[in-house]
Amino acid sequence: MANVPVHEWTLLEAARKVREKEISSRELTGALLSRIESLDPKVHAYITVLPEAAMAQAAACDGEQAKGTVRGPLHGVPVGLKDIFCTRGVRTTCGSGILGNFEPPYDACVTGKVLAAGAVLLGKHNMDEFAMGSSTETSRFGPTRNPWDLSRIPGGSSGGTAAAVAAAMCFAGVGTDTGGSIRQPASLCGVVGVKPTYGRVSRYGMIAFASSLDQAGPIARTVADAAALLGWIAGYDRRDSTCVDTPVPDYLAAVQRPVKGLRVGLPKEYYEGDGLSREVRAAVEKALKALTDQGAAVVEVSLPHTSFALSTYYLIAPAEASSNLARYDGVRYGYRAGGATGLIEMMSRTRAEGFGEEVKRRIMIGTYALSAGYYDAFYGKAQKVRTLIRADFARAFEAADVLLTPTAPTPAFRLGEKTGDPLTMYLSDIYTIPCNLAGIPGISVPCGLSGSGLPIGAQLLSNHFREETLFTAAGAIERVLPWPRVAPLEG
Amino acid sequence: MAITREEVLHVARLARLSLPEAEADRLRVQLSAILDYVKQLDRLDTRDVVPTSHAVETGTPFRDDVVQPFGDKEAILANAPDRHNDFFRVPRIIED
Repeated sequence: MANVPVHEWTLLEAARKVREKEISSRELTGALLSRIESLDPKVHAYITVLPEAAMAQAAACDGEQAKGTVRGPLHGVPVGLKDIFCTRGVRTTCGSGILGNFEPPYDACVTGKVLAAGAVLLGKHNMDEFAMGSSTETSRFGPTRNPWDLSRIPGGSSGGTAAAVAAAMCFAGVGTDTGGSIRQPASLCGVVGVKPTYGRVSRYGMIAFASSLDQAGPIARTVADAAALLGWIAGYDRRDSTCVDTPVPDYLAAVQRPVKGLRVGLPKEYYEGDGLSREVRAAVEKALKALTDQGAAVVEVSLPHTSFALSTYYLIAPAEASSNLARYDGVRYGYRAGGATGLIEMMSRTRAEGFGEEVKRRIMIGTYALSAGYYDAFYGKAQKVRTLIRADFARAFEAADVLLTPTAPTPAFRLGEKTGDPLTMYLSDIYTIPCNLAGIPGISVPCGLSGSGLPIGAQLLSNHFREETLFTAAGAIERVLPWPRVAPLEG
Repeated sequence: MAITREEVLHVARLARLSLPEAEADRLRVQLSAILDYVKQLDRLDTRDVVPTSHAVETGTPFRDDVVQPFGDKEAILANAPDRHNDFFRVPRIIED
């Protein structure tokens, strides 16, 4: 077998090789840190890199292993986290100026679980400010670039995580998805991204955007890596009152299961619009053929309220955001504007200077939609339409076990291409948003390349807590449509 | 649906965002376009539809009402933009 460079190993291979002492955690961590050093100036996937802390963690892992103890299944394996997860003593910005100097006094549940599994933290990944965006261009720290084509965006909001995984600057990462923020960048960067069922992973210590939609999930280069990582971060946590107390299945075991007899639903509304590019459609058809060739059955289903999902989302998410972001007032932590003579002036200027344009725009929409006289017409109405969208999926899952759709309507677009028009930018999440409104899980798995060599992802959706079905179907697609795994980017 | 300049300024005050004149005009145009778009929901009859606030119903979780001290007070206060001993210091609250 040809010698695969260290950074191209899968998460599970790296974990096995450390466990079997084929490589030390220090060598492994050092290899990835030098990759970050040479590539990240071009990609800018990281807001914060932690070379000293990571090497110290790696040395500690090696020392413990020499004495015969391992921390967990990821012992000594370097990973990254979206900069939305609180990390004790490590700056956590959420891509915003208002949290530019925030050092959380505690770890998020996800951070704690990743560290308890033995992982080494390489750093914190870039993201759209407060996860509001589809291109990572709203980050206060500058945009991330797509490792497949540096003139293009990586998607967003977890664009830093997807780019870092695609460029092999970490073995895997954890992102968050409120309307597509894991799946859309995974699709655009040619990696696997999972949005679990709402309540599957604890949101404790994950900086809130829209609390009824936010969910954390893995981004990795293989379906098996993503499945294993979800297993390690999922599970009940009493510190998140919406976290569901239900057992965590063996997701990894689901990846190899046969798809024979699996009912794959094609929601016709997702294929009708003229926004869907020809190349994306063709790639998703290949994914479908991969499934049917292995014995899956095709059924056509209808999700009649699909065309209302974007409007519903752009009322509910900003409304919840305007409430969640009220806490950034310059009093207890984060940025404070100087020179104000009164409290309200201090808060208003702190927020005006600390937040970027997109965040302010959404706070304004949300505040308007919740304000006296408009609540019923906007927020209340959107919550009712959300019920109709949920019911659409419930009906579809009577006929189908899993739904297959495109993840994003087009491959990665160019930097600056959509920043001038918020509504056009919002349309890049048209296929991912309904899933969050319904609270169901979804995955994006690579299924092809465009003519100009850009990755295309297929989205699979299943019913609440049926992540195993997603891993089974995505695994079947991955087996038939093998993937380069690492973006062709020279150091 | 056109939103007026006065409404933009009113909402900005509610949201505690100080807004320069030029930004208010730009936001008025952008918010009007977004609100026009979302008004498509009015085409749906939702009179008998129950609203969804959470997609996965879990009920209200209860726990014992017991204080759990955080412990590391200094780590919290170290983030304060301005502090006086163990207090967060802010500009004057009550105007003259």
